[in-house]
Amino acid sequence: MNPTRQRRLTIIIAILVAFTVAAALVVYALQQNMNYLFTPSQVQAGDASSYKTFRLGGMVKSGSIQRAGDSLKVTFTVVDAGGAMPVEYIGILPDLFRENQSVIATGHMDGARFVATEVLAKHDETYMPKELKDAMAKAHAGKHIDEASNQDKQQL
Amino acid sequence: MANWIPLWLHKLSSPPVFYRFAGSLRPWAITLAVLLGVIALYGGLVLAPSDYQQGNDYRIIFIHVPCAWMSLFIYGVMGVAAFIALVWRIKLAEVIAMASAPIGAAFTFITLVTGSLWGERMWGTWWTWDARLTSELVLLFLYLGVIALYHSFEDRRQGARTAAFLALIGIINVPIVHFSVNWWNTLHQGSTIRLLGPSTIATSMLWPLLTMMAATKLYYIASLFGRARVDLLTLESGKDWVRQIAQNEVRG
Repeated sequence: MNPTRQRRLTIIIAILVAFTVAAALVVYALQQNMNYLFTPSQVQAGDASSYKTFRLGGMVKSGSIQRAGDSLKVTFTVVDAGGAMPVEYIGILPDLFRENQSVIATGHMDGARFVATEVLAKHDETYMPKELKDAMAKAHAGKHIDEASNQDKQQL
Repeated sequence: MANWIPLWLHKLSSPPVFYRFAGSLRPWAITLAVLLGVIALYGGLVLAPSDYQQGNDYRIIFIHVPCAWMSLFIYGVMGVAAFIALVWRIKLAEVIAMASAPIGAAFTFITLVTGSLWGERMWGTWWTWDARLTSELVLLFLYLGVIALYHSFEDRRQGARTAAFLALIGIINVPIVHFSVNWWNTLHQGSTIRLLGPSTIATSMLWPLLTMMAATKLYYIASLFGRARVDLLTLESGKDWVRQIAQNEVRG
């Protein structure tokens, strides 16, 4: 490689490394600060206390959805592994909204409950036909029963 | 040229050789791209079963995901070509980098539009400023910046080298787009197809997706070769080999 190219290669690699380090630091800093959503346990731990409006993300607890008879008002509970948060929302919900679905609600705290102005449904990265899902659910349920019976045996 | 670069690659980087090579490969690439594209669409829209959760609405994945892959892949190609252009000043590398930009911008635009349509149906919103969506939008702006910078110079080679610099720096955004769903809490779901580890999609839905990926790759090759051929003719318009082609055209 001749000296001119050698020099250009060195300069360009140096610039690229500098920009990569800068970008990595920005990404690292944003990971600390840029939260698209907070989970109920994070909110209860006070992580979201510096925000007036924020997004709350988690699963809709099964059996918690209650619709008002005379308006579009819906109340439900959003849960994550370590916390639960009652949510109130007036408006039309997305089609995917249902029990045990991940949702992201934008809104603010009103005492202990969260008043949402927008509710979005989140879906996972799994795609499969309904028949396969049912078969898997059945197999999964079967496994649970096995595990339960095993535990019973151990207890005995 | 450094001697560690294989001889055939060195030969291919000569404009007349590449012009002929691209010209002979292009018809095959475009034919295969259309064929595979039709097969993939039939497989995705007709043969594939509907999803357990999203019903038939998920079928936009067969356009959205291959286009999203291409938006990143083309940026990668453009970045590498830009790097070669900046260090070794190879004319073909400049042409490849600059010809890739509009194709990549188109794929990025399609990704954003189809994603927006899908988001409206499934999430309940056309747009949200989560990390994946925002970084993909930045990718579109990078492509547009490269195109604009290239055309803002009187001298095309000067423009190509300046734009190559932006293309090279912007390549940092590619891993950010890809890993944004892992690094931040996003509305956008994670990757379905994983090179390491099992993919989370049924086989009946996977094959049309991979077929479409092959089709978009071949379309890129065909489109890139067509654009590169025209650019080479323009850049080398005073050279003997171009005059030869022009004379043959007139006589023919």
